[in-house]
Amino acid sequence: MHFICCIKQVPDTSKVKIDPETNTLIRSGVESIANPYDMVALEAALTLKDTCGGKLTVLSMGPPQAEQVLREAISCGADEAILLSDRAFAGADTLATSYALTRAIEKLAQKTPVDIVCCGKQAIDGDTAQVGPGIATRLGYTQFTYVTEIKEIDTVNARITVKRKVEGGSEIIRGPLPCVLTVELELAKPRRASLPRLIHSLKSEIGVWNAEAIHGDNQKLGLKGSPTWVKKIFSPPFKEGGPRFDARENPRQAVEDCLKTLLADETFAFHLLKQWGQ
Amino acid sequence: MQENYDVAIVGAGPAGISAACVLAGKGIKTIVVERGEYPGAKNISGGVLYGHDLAAIIPDFVEKKCPVERNIIESRLWFLSKSGGYSLSFRDRAFYEKQAFNAFTVGRARFDRWFAEQARAKGALVVCSTVVTDLLRDSNNRVIGVTTDRPEGDLKARVVVLADGINSPLAAKTGFRPEPKPSHIALAVKEVIELPEEIINERFNTETGHGVTIEIIGEITQGMDGIAVIYTNKNSLSVCIGANLSDFMESKVKPYEMLEEFKQHPLVAPLIKDGQAKEYMAHWIAEGGYEAIPQLCGDGYLIAGDSGMLFNALHREGSNMAMTSGRFAAETIAEALDKGDFSRKTLAGYVARLQNSYVIKDLKKYRRFNAFRLQHHELFTTLPRLGSFAAQQMLTVDGVPKKEKQKAICKKFRKEISWGSLIRLLWTGWRSVK
Ligand SMILES: Cc1cc2nc3c(=O)[nH]c(=O)nc-3n(C[C@H](O)[C@H](O)[C@H](O)COP(=O)(O)OP(=O)(O)OC[C@H]3O[C@@H](n4cnc5c(N)ncnc54)[C@H](O)[C@@H]3O)c2cc1C
Repeated sequence: MHFICCIKQVPDTSKVKIDPETNTLIRSGVESIANPYDMVALEAALTLKDTCGGKLTVLSMGPPQAEQVLREAISCGADEAILLSDRAFAGADTLATSYALTRAIEKLAQKTPVDIVCCGKQAIDGDTAQVGPGIATRLGYTQFTYVTEIKEIDTVNARITVKRKVEGGSEIIRGPLPCVLTVELELAKPRRASLPRLIHSLKSEIGVWNAEAIHGDNQKLGLKGSPTWVKKIFSPPFKEGGPRFDARENPRQAVEDCLKTLLADETFAFHLLKQWGQ
Repeated sequence: MQENYDVAIVGAGPAGISAACVLAGKGIKTIVVERGEYPGAKNISGGVLYGHDLAAIIPDFVEKKCPVERNIIESRLWFLSKSGGYSLSFRDRAFYEKQAFNAFTVGRARFDRWFAEQARAKGALVVCSTVVTDLLRDSNNRVIGVTTDRPEGDLKARVVVLADGINSPLAAKTGFRPEPKPSHIALAVKEVIELPEEIINERFNTETGHGVTIEIIGEITQGMDGIAVIYTNKNSLSVCIGANLSDFMESKVKPYEMLEEFKQHPLVAPLIKDGQAKEYMAHWIAEGGYEAIPQLCGDGYLIAGDSGMLFNALHREGSNMAMTSGRFAAETIAEALDKGDFSRKTLAGYVARLQNSYVIKDLKKYRRFNAFRLQHHELFTTLPRLGSFAAQQMLTVDGVPKKEKQKAICKKFRKEISWGSLIRLLWTGWRSVK
C-alpha cells in the first residue's frame, strides 16, 4: 500500500506572543516545529504501514528550512520525502495549499497509486482544519475527519473503519479507499526515532518540487490562488472577572455578600431553581 | 544498521564542535551527539568569543557569516558599593582596525548553530535531541563508544571526546571527572534585555557594530565571591551575575533576587532603562581552576572544554579554551588514527599540547586565584564600601577642609580593616595572579 502524510512546519505557538500594538504574531526567536497534529498523522500512517506493509511518502509545502520536519518524519520511519518549495507557493491560503498538495499527490500517485493520505486535523498556527478536507475533495477520495481511532483496515475489500469525533460524541464509520484521514491528537503518541534511523534521516535526500514540477496552474497557487484576505487581526479583550469577595478577614460575611450578589441576578436564581426542581 | 565511527563527540558546544570541524576537515568519520533540540539550545554564555581561537578552526569566520553581535572595542571595570562606585575603562582604535574581532559578542543559541553548520559542511554528523547516558567499554575497560537514550542507541567509535560541559550527569556516571566541589563552581543567572540598536549605541557611546563589555565586582554580590557582567549585543544587553556556589549555600541569597537588585543599581539602571527582558537563564561556571582539572585522557577517550574544567575565571575566558582544547583533541586523535593506537599513552599528546599552550599556562598562573577570592570576602564587602565612602567624602563640597576629611577616611579604614590586613590582601592577591 502507498501511504502519504502531509506535514506542516509551524512556529511553536505555545511560545509565540502577540504584539499588543500591531496585533501581529511576534515570531522572532520562536522555534519552528512540526505541527503536532501532523506528527500524530505520521504515527498513524507508520502504524498502518507496519500492519499492511507498503511505502510511506511524506509531503510538506514550505520554505527550504521546512525540510527539517521531513527529516524528522524520515527518522521516525517514512521512506521518501518531498518538499514543495517555490516562491510561487508563498502566501497560500487553505484553498491554494490544498491545490498544491493535491497536485503533488497526483504526481506521486502516477508512479505508485495512493491508498491513504493522513493529515493532522489542523495546523496550530491557523486552526482552520480545511486543508485535509480540501485535498480529499479535490482528489475525490473518501474523507474521514476528526479521526480518533483506526478500527480496522480491510485490504482485501479496500475499506477502512474509523472512529471519529462528532458534535456531542463520536461515531464509527466505514468507507472505501482511497481516503484522506485528518486526525485528532488522541489517536496516537508519536514515536521516538531510533538512533540508526535518526542518523539515516540526516543523510537522506529530500526531493524538492517547484510549481513546474507539479504542473501547477499559476493562477491557483500561492497568493494569486488565495481568495482569503486577512482583514484585521485582533486579540480578544481580556475578560475582567466579576466582583471579588475577600474571605480572609470575615469568611461568613464574604459568603453572605457573595450569595446576595448571585441571588440578585435573576437568571442565576432561575437556573438554581431549575436545578433543584430536577 | 549499526555503523562504526572513528570519533564520537559528546556535546555540541564550542569544544565539541571545534573538535568535529578539525576532524571532519581531515576526512575523519565523526559524529557529534547533543542533548539539546539543536546546538546552542542548552547553552548560555555572557557571550564574548575570541577571534584568535575561532580563526584557528574557521579562518574565514567573518566571511562565512559568523553571527557576530558586536565587535568589542572597549572594556570597562567597575568596583561598586551599594549606592555607587568606581569605573575604569579602556578603548582603542586598534580593536576595530588592525585587531577587529579580537573579542566579540554572540548569542550562543545562534552561534552554536552556525558553528555546527560549519562542522556539517565539512562532513561531520551532528545528532540532536539525544542524550549520551553512558560509555561503552570493552573487557579491558577501554572506552569504545557511547550509549544514548534512543532505541538501538549504541554508537561504536574508536575514540570518544567528552565535551559535555560542566553540568553533565554523564561525568558523575563515568567517574572520569570527580563531582566538582561547590567551591569549584559558580552559579550564574543571566537576563537578555532588549533595547533598540541606536539606544544601545547612545548609552554606550559606540557606533553600530561596536560594543562594550563591563565586568563588575563589589557589594552587588551581597558579600559573596562573585562577579557581574554587562555585554552589549546588537539590540540587546546580556546582564549576568553570579557567585560561588559554596557562598550561595551559606548566604541563602536567591540568585534571581540578586539579579533584580543588581538591575536597580544606580550605575546599571540607566543602561537598561525601558528594556524588555527577553530571556532568563541560569547556569554553572567551572571555576575550580588548575587544581580542579581532572585527568584529561584515558584509554579511548579525551575530555575537552568545561568538562575538563578548562576555564579562566579571572579573564572570563572559557569558550576560547573550549575551542582550542577541542582542536588539540582532534589533532591528537588524527595522530592516534594514523598509528592505530588509542591508548592513554598516545592520547596523552593532547595533554602535552595543552601544557605547551596558553590554556594550561594561564590556568597555572592563576591557580591560587580561586582560593584567594574565597578567603577574602572583604573584596565584596568592606573594600567597595570604604572605597566609595572615601571618594564620596572627597567629592563632597561642604566647607570641611580636605585634611580633616582625609583623617576621617583614614580613621574609618583603620577601624574596619587594619593596614596590615590590607597589605596582606594586596600581597596574596598579587601572588595569586602573578
Ligand atoms: C553565564 C555565563 C557567562 C559566560 N561568559 C563567557 C564569556 O563571556 N566568554 C567566554 O569565553 N566564556 C564564557 N562563559 C563560559 C563558556 O560558556 C564555557 O566555557 C563554554 O561554553 C564551554 O564550552 P564547552 O563546549 O566545553 O561546553 P558547553 O558550551 O557547556 O557545551 C556542552 C554541550 O554538551 C551537551 N551535553 C552535555 N551533556 C550531554 C550528554 N550527556 N549527552 C549529549 N549532550 C550533552 C550540552 O547540551 C551542551 O550543548 C560563560 C559561562 C556562563 C555560564
